[in-house]
Amino acid sequence: MAPRVGTVVAVGVTRHIPAWLVGTALLCCSLAVLAGVLPDDRADALYHSYDGGGVEITGPSLMVLKKLGQNVAVNGNYYVDSISSASIDVVTSGASAYSEDRIEFSGGVDYLHGNSIMSLSFTNSSEDDYEANTAGFGISMDMFGNMTTVSMGYSRGWDMVMNNLDSTFSRDADRQNYKLGLTQVVTKDMLLELNYEGITDEGFLNNPYRSVRYLDPGGDSYSYESEIYPNTRTSNAVAIRSIYYLPYRAAVSGEYRFFDDTWGIDAHNLKFVYTHPLQGGWVLEGNYRYYTQNAADFYSDLFPFQGAQNFLARDKELSTFSSHTIGFKLSYDFIKNGWRSIDKGKINLAWDHILFDYDDFRDLRVVTPAPGDEPLYSFSADVVQLYVSIWF
Amino acid sequence: MRLCAFYLLLIALSLTGCSSIEPWVKPYERAHLADPIMNFDRDPVSGAYMTHVYQAREAARGAEGGHGGGCGCN
Repeated sequence: MAPRVGTVVAVGVTRHIPAWLVGTALLCCSLAVLAGVLPDDRADALYHSYDGGGVEITGPSLMVLKKLGQNVAVNGNYYVDSISSASIDVVTSGASAYSEDRIEFSGGVDYLHGNSIMSLSFTNSSEDDYEANTAGFGISMDMFGNMTTVSMGYSRGWDMVMNNLDSTFSRDADRQNYKLGLTQVVTKDMLLELNYEGITDEGFLNNPYRSVRYLDPGGDSYSYESEIYPNTRTSNAVAIRSIYYLPYRAAVSGEYRFFDDTWGIDAHNLKFVYTHPLQGGWVLEGNYRYYTQNAADFYSDLFPFQGAQNFLARDKELSTFSSHTIGFKLSYDFIKNGWRSIDKGKINLAWDHILFDYDDFRDLRVVTPAPGDEPLYSFSADVVQLYVSIWF
Repeated sequence: MRLCAFYLLLIALSLTGCSSIEPWVKPYERAHLADPIMNFDRDPVSGAYMTHVYQAREAARGAEGGHGGGCGCN
């Protein structure tokens, strides 16, 4: 809910690492005793397509994972988003539809030592007006007779935000991620996974193009001014997942995640997946996901006057909304028993349909006599993935 | 202080006694857990893409999983 007239929103951030996190890190480091396993060599080629809300995004993603000897594995990923956008933000701001590409390269090394796998990773993402670099370190360990896997990770990101309308504009945004994970064998048919991730951001965190609207004096029209976000944000997310093997060779999994941050946003999501192998190497999968969040403290669809608060947002991603996703995936093993140097090959087609319903973000394409009476915005999106995976 | 003592105790236990914990699911009982359909993240390239799709449109972020872990069935 947006603060009332004249309210000052203050958002802080905790930057020190909590003692429990340090303690858990030491605990994890002391548990390296038994034997871990590096993932199998594989390559994936994926074509993705997103179409919804006036935005179309397509592109490839290519990933290779290869062992070098017994203890080292390297991986690389090349990913492209080709974006064509006439979203509601673009249309209602009076700007023209635009196209741009985002290209991402990432690479990593895994090193197996005893029961521990240590990982280093680096990612670079480039757009015309955004450059992001992230470096990360992680460690995971199998323990207690391989019944338990504990993992933890830290990564740091250095982003640069630019503005295509102002060549002199350049701002930094830095980010730190702390991850903890635990996977537990519960029974011979059930696994449980717990994950925590804390993220801190500092720097220029808003979109330099986006505006908020406010009522003009008299209240029968509105104008725009630039968004202003706090320059810090800290968030926490905790998730629990479980997967269960059904008696007739099928699997059902469920997950719940809770999220909160220092901008006043709480979010919950639930997901269920059912996986059903068919005869002849076919696998059918269905999933349902529900997501809900409340708005940031400094969000409003319509501010009462210009400069009503020290922080201002009208980004629909910071509004109160919910979404439902229903999806299906069909996979086929086209190489089951090896062919030349390929051990196994699989082709997959996945389709997800997402419905977004906003509770306090209005559709300004509809003109009403009084500002604030426009209908609430909603839209749906289709996400399609076609990909081939080979193990070699 | 109590937290420090708790972690020191856990670290000491892990250094000395974790291998003595008896697994209640034996290695030969893990055939179902080793089945590819029991993997939380069977296709990492697809999982990473869907995480990106949601993160770009939602305020929530983090703890998506699918980055390591396993079933201990190897």
